[in-house]
Amino acid sequence: MSTVFLALQTNEETRPIIEAILQDNPGAVVDEQPAMVKINAERELIVRRETIEEITGNDYDLQSMQVNMITMSGNLDQTDDEIRLFWKA
Amino acid sequence: MDMQVAKKKLGLKERYAVMTRGLDWTPSYQKMEDIYPYMQYEGIKIHDWDKWEDPFRLTMDAYWKYQAEKERKLYAIIDAFNQNNGHLNVTDARYVNTVKLFISGISPLEYVAHRGFAHAGRAFPGPGPRVACLMQSLDEIRHAQTQVHSISNYNKYYNGMHDFHHMHDRVWFLSVPKSFFDDAITAGPFEFMVSIGFSFEYVLTNLLFVPFVSGAAYNGDMGTMTFGFSAQSDEARHMTLGLEVIKFILEQDPANVPIVQRWIDKWTWRGYRVLTLVAMMMDYMLPKRTMSWKEAWEVYFEENGGALFKDLARYGITMPKCAEQIALEKDHLSHQAWSTFYNYAAAANFHTWMPDEDEMAWLSRKYPESFDKHYRPRYEFWREQAAKGNRFYNKTLPMLCQTCQIPMLFTEPGDPTKICYREVDYKGDKYHFCSDHCKEIFEHEPEKYVQSWLPVHQIYQGNCFPEGTDPTVEGFDPLAAVLKYYNLEFGRDNLDFDISEDKKNFAEWRGQATKNA
Repeated sequence: MSTVFLALQTNEETRPIIEAILQDNPGAVVDEQPAMVKINAERELIVRRETIEEITGNDYDLQSMQVNMITMSGNLDQTDDEIRLFWKA
Repeated sequence: MDMQVAKKKLGLKERYAVMTRGLDWTPSYQKMEDIYPYMQYEGIKIHDWDKWEDPFRLTMDAYWKYQAEKERKLYAIIDAFNQNNGHLNVTDARYVNTVKLFISGISPLEYVAHRGFAHAGRAFPGPGPRVACLMQSLDEIRHAQTQVHSISNYNKYYNGMHDFHHMHDRVWFLSVPKSFFDDAITAGPFEFMVSIGFSFEYVLTNLLFVPFVSGAAYNGDMGTMTFGFSAQSDEARHMTLGLEVIKFILEQDPANVPIVQRWIDKWTWRGYRVLTLVAMMMDYMLPKRTMSWKEAWEVYFEENGGALFKDLARYGITMPKCAEQIALEKDHLSHQAWSTFYNYAAAANFHTWMPDEDEMAWLSRKYPESFDKHYRPRYEFWREQAAKGNRFYNKTLPMLCQTCQIPMLFTEPGDPTKICYREVDYKGDKYHFCSDHCKEIFEHEPEKYVQSWLPVHQIYQGNCFPEGTDPTVEGFDPLAAVLKYYNLEFGRDNLDFDISEDKKNFAEWRGQATKNA
């Protein structure tokens, strides 16, 4: 089992991000903790700028997500359009 | 007529490359090995520094922008917390002792990490790691400062935190985290990156920060929780740096693999030993507990770490061998540690107490194999003794492990009734260790660890008294002199919670907050 995860602060900025993640990653599981939301997925998790923008109706700067990031697990690859967490094994 | 072709906007990867690469030069009148003198001696071979990939691709302008935003948010919350007497919202005043542990044990390490990454950044020839180390160095001083700022409000009202940096450099149990970082910053830059960037900031970070920050969240401590989340956003970058370092070094040359493996083994073990304090904090010091140490280890190391080492297997890296012993200690670590601190509460800058019935019921449930059999009986006995007025504070100083500097309180793997003792004779002196792993670390670099500044040895040598103390006078009390040297006030900063000023004040102030005079 190779779980990747992303943990975000619970606030109004991350609400659409979490919604987007659940939309784009069918196997993803949400784990709510005090003030924190942890999202686990098997082997890969993708955060897409386009999906977030569809939800909010606003432009979204993907790099700004790190302001609300708490912790993560997996290799990270980032472009203007998506943030990908993954294990190669 | 010329066709004007619209310039295509550069993607993030390209923008980052243009802004941060190709800005260095090959020196022409000084030798590379003179400018970068630490690159050869550890035996690590790097052939191509350009292979370094920076996952977050943060340029300095973006760095300042996001960090400034975090600072504005954080300080607004710290102000609100202070203005609102947020400290009175914690579950109960015992909780504040976890904050004391944090400011004296962890915050000074942030400052040392700042220095360490500044040095590492200077030591590496490649622009990729230099930029990453520079940013991490800035992040770490930010963490030191924001922790001090967040916790300063507690210092106004509660005891034990007033001289945290002075205590960090002297107090017996604080040499445990201190020596961990001293070991790292006196190693070479590659080992520093593997020890701190990878082993600490990637493998073990969740076992330090999630317990403290969730602990804060569960116990009504908005100040610490906010600092914690604000720092954690930096930590995500640190984690990627750590993972990138490991991959980069391992991909550069197969000769690097056994060197890196040895470092991973050593630093996972050293980091785990430091986490003894966190295990005890989670299971005993949080009035409202989040999860048990055992559960935290299972999620954050066995599960997550399992996935990580599976990923690294393709380089020939294996799970650190100490994982086996750590699994055996899961059921015992926190209880053995808390028992020790209860014993030595006269010499610590925080209070201790015995768990009440509800808390013992929680411990029974979380530790069905060990708690009722090995640890409940001793707590019930100590509670009884305290109720009779026989509260015993141990004044005999314990033997410390030469490597991890923790008192020899750990038991043999698989036998919790037998203290684990190991020893090595080296150049005519005998050295003591808590485990095979600490012993092996010593044996690999004895000239380093014979220099350990062990608080207990130093006290017995007379090096821990205030300037001008005369130990030959009639009725000299060495432990009282040591506490003065620590700047720790007897009866105020130490001893049990039940007789503390903290407890009395908290109850009075909380009472005032809900009644009219």
